[in-house]
Amino acid sequence: MQLHDFWFVLIAVLWSGYFLLEGFDFGVGILLPFLSHDDVDRRVVINTIGPVWDGNEVWLLTAGGATFAAFPGWYASLFSGFYLALLVILVALIARGVAFEFRGKHPDPRWKATWDKAIFLGSAVPALLWGVAFGNIVRGVPLDADHNFTGNFFTLLNPYALLGGLTTLSLFTLHGALFLRLKTTGELRERATRVAKLLAAPTVVIAAGFLLWSEISYGKASSAAVAAVAAIALLAGVAMALRGRDGWSFTLNGAAIVAAVAALFIALYPNVLPSTTDAAGTLTVSNASSAHYTLTVMSWVAVIFTPVVLTYQGWTYWVFRKRLSRSDIVTEPAAAAGKPGIPVPRAGSDRPEVSQ
Amino acid sequence: MKGVNPLTLARWQFGITTVYHFLFVPLTIGLSLLVAIMQTAWYRTGQPRYLRMTKFWGKLFLINFAMGVVTGIVQEFQFGMNWSDYSRFVGDVFGAPLAMEALLAFFLESTFLGLWIFGWGKLPKGVHLATIWCASIGTAISAYFILAANSFMQHPVGYTIDAEKHRAVLTDIWAVLGNTTTLIAFPHTIFASILTGGVFVVAVSAWYLRKGRDVDVYRPSMRLALVATVVAGLGLAISGDIDGKVMTTQQPMKMAAAEALYHTSKPAPFSLFTIGSLNGHDEVFSIKVPRALSFLATGTFTGEVKGIDDLNRQYQQTYGPGDYRPMIAVTYWSFRLMIGFGLLAALIAALGLWVLRKGRSPTGRRFYTAALWSLPLPFLANSVGWIFTEMGRQPWLVFGKLKTEAGVSPSVSGGEVLTSLIVLTALYGVLAVVDAVLMVRYARVGPPAEQAATEPEPVFAY
Repeated sequence: MQLHDFWFVLIAVLWSGYFLLEGFDFGVGILLPFLSHDDVDRRVVINTIGPVWDGNEVWLLTAGGATFAAFPGWYASLFSGFYLALLVILVALIARGVAFEFRGKHPDPRWKATWDKAIFLGSAVPALLWGVAFGNIVRGVPLDADHNFTGNFFTLLNPYALLGGLTTLSLFTLHGALFLRLKTTGELRERATRVAKLLAAPTVVIAAGFLLWSEISYGKASSAAVAAVAAIALLAGVAMALRGRDGWSFTLNGAAIVAAVAALFIALYPNVLPSTTDAAGTLTVSNASSAHYTLTVMSWVAVIFTPVVLTYQGWTYWVFRKRLSRSDIVTEPAAAAGKPGIPVPRAGSDRPEVSQ
Repeated sequence: MKGVNPLTLARWQFGITTVYHFLFVPLTIGLSLLVAIMQTAWYRTGQPRYLRMTKFWGKLFLINFAMGVVTGIVQEFQFGMNWSDYSRFVGDVFGAPLAMEALLAFFLESTFLGLWIFGWGKLPKGVHLATIWCASIGTAISAYFILAANSFMQHPVGYTIDAEKHRAVLTDIWAVLGNTTTLIAFPHTIFASILTGGVFVVAVSAWYLRKGRDVDVYRPSMRLALVATVVAGLGLAISGDIDGKVMTTQQPMKMAAAEALYHTSKPAPFSLFTIGSLNGHDEVFSIKVPRALSFLATGTFTGEVKGIDDLNRQYQQTYGPGDYRPMIAVTYWSFRLMIGFGLLAALIAALGLWVLRKGRSPTGRRFYTAALWSLPLPFLANSVGWIFTEMGRQPWLVFGKLKTEAGVSPSVSGGEVLTSLIVLTALYGVLAVVDAVLMVRYARVGPPAEQAATEPEPVFAY
């Protein structure tokens, strides 16, 4: 295995990690309007991912940065080629990120409703579009001999890639429902359970269809084996969900996401972005990669620092491991009616405290 | 869409998104440090006012932090989106510090900030204090790596050119990370960030002290921030002075353009301001300090400073025919405005230290009014500072190696860049208004009451 192969694996790990973690963030955001009956519910839902969503999103930035460093050719063709799709993803992620911070900063229900919409759309749109993007990466896009994308936005909207989008959308939504089941109590948890059961069958059908199509059209024996693991994990996760095993169902669904991403990357290898037009335009691990020295340096950095990051990020999940319930959302004390002339209540009680 | 030049639009987009992003970044770096110091004071003394300070400024810090994070994603993506040929050319070198920034800095600041926000009353006090320091250190590490990447564009080192593949190839990572340009730009940026955080705290505190509200919280806030601002101002002057000399050797055209100095001069004067055209011969009126530019650029009062015209001829011989002059009006004015805004902010802070010395208070409200109105100064200085640095490098994208026009994405149409420019600018505009309104609101809410502040529940949860 050469260094650029190692980096191909690392990029796959980073995307898997991103989808595993931000996958349930997206799911929670998508389910926000459907699971909550009132603002206390909504705040419980949002607070389940409150301490971790930003750290989860860094997996995306690291995947992007690592692709730039290890495969500049891939980064350049991919990001310029998928231009408008990425613009939409950027707008969605921006709106979603500020929405978490802004929604509780003003007591007006319309204000909150607006940001709740931003959280929903900011979660649903990337959940869909990342799948579309990965479908196109595996399927290939029109590239000229200089590796420049020659299609347009609609080139990306082919049936296979759209099915990929539906796969990530449904998988992440299910992932979010299973996460909420794991992290909440009472009625909210029951609603999350009902949604998870409702989503299970369509998700299995869509994901199995996409994986099957991937393997038939673009796969090989090894990727098909991993795709089978993904399908089994997905089914086992659903079975566990039906038997009320919260931890196992969430873990297995996460494993299904990781295995599905792995299957796509294995199917892709040794290409990183195939050309559907000029064969000379196909980007591979060798023609898109950085030189040996850069890969060596970056390997050392990754080997030394990744365990450190995983340790403290894992610790965060440990610190915030408890379930949240409605009683954790402290409603505003009477003393916090606010000072005259100031439109928001006093700090310290304007965004009532959550303790878990 | 034909007739729309993607190059010009991509440059505008980079300028707008970068200046906008950098409104929030220095405040994040500076304010996180001040909040960490406040919380340390609380941890060490147990005095409730320090906790109230931590919570009040912490809330404003978080509103600002969110904006810095989300606008940062655009920064990483747009190299590939708008500048794909640039990314192909430099990726082998430039990608490394970016990836390191994500792995070493972004994870640190995001994860530990999450722990800080939600960890009140949940983590032991000492551990909780450590989380804000980790987040704060993360923001500074992030600045280092992105400056190392930017410095490669200003002064490329540690690489060779692979002519066959037409790209730069990294040969020495330590040269890239230890680039003299980075070593001087980093303290300059950190001091600018501390100045920004300092002036922010000074200005908001002044609003309260002018009304005599919550003096026990805002007087110590003000004193801490005044000291930070004055120290940062001194640091900026010293690092800026060294930076000027480094820049004169590495990018002499940028220094000449900063001064609109057309002819090589020995000694060279520093022009304070100019009325009339800056084209070198239609000047109406200008105030010049004799020999000052020589000192700024070379460290001696008699040193020779090369002029724009001579450098342009020299570059034409080295790099072939072309125009190697940046836009002189932009570099000239951004350079002196950067110094002017920064200096004024530091002077107001120095005045504040004097009027508030040894428990005194200013007799009138004039100082507080001045302090309040000094709020925009560091933001303006930061913006024009980066505009100077980046515009002064033109026409180069990587100095001496790749021109800006050669870096733009060949596959992206003018219409696409225009779409993204309009969408992002509109979105940023709306968010700027929302953010400003929230900042003002929360700045006016005041600190939590003593009892509320010491309650064990977390204050910052969503």
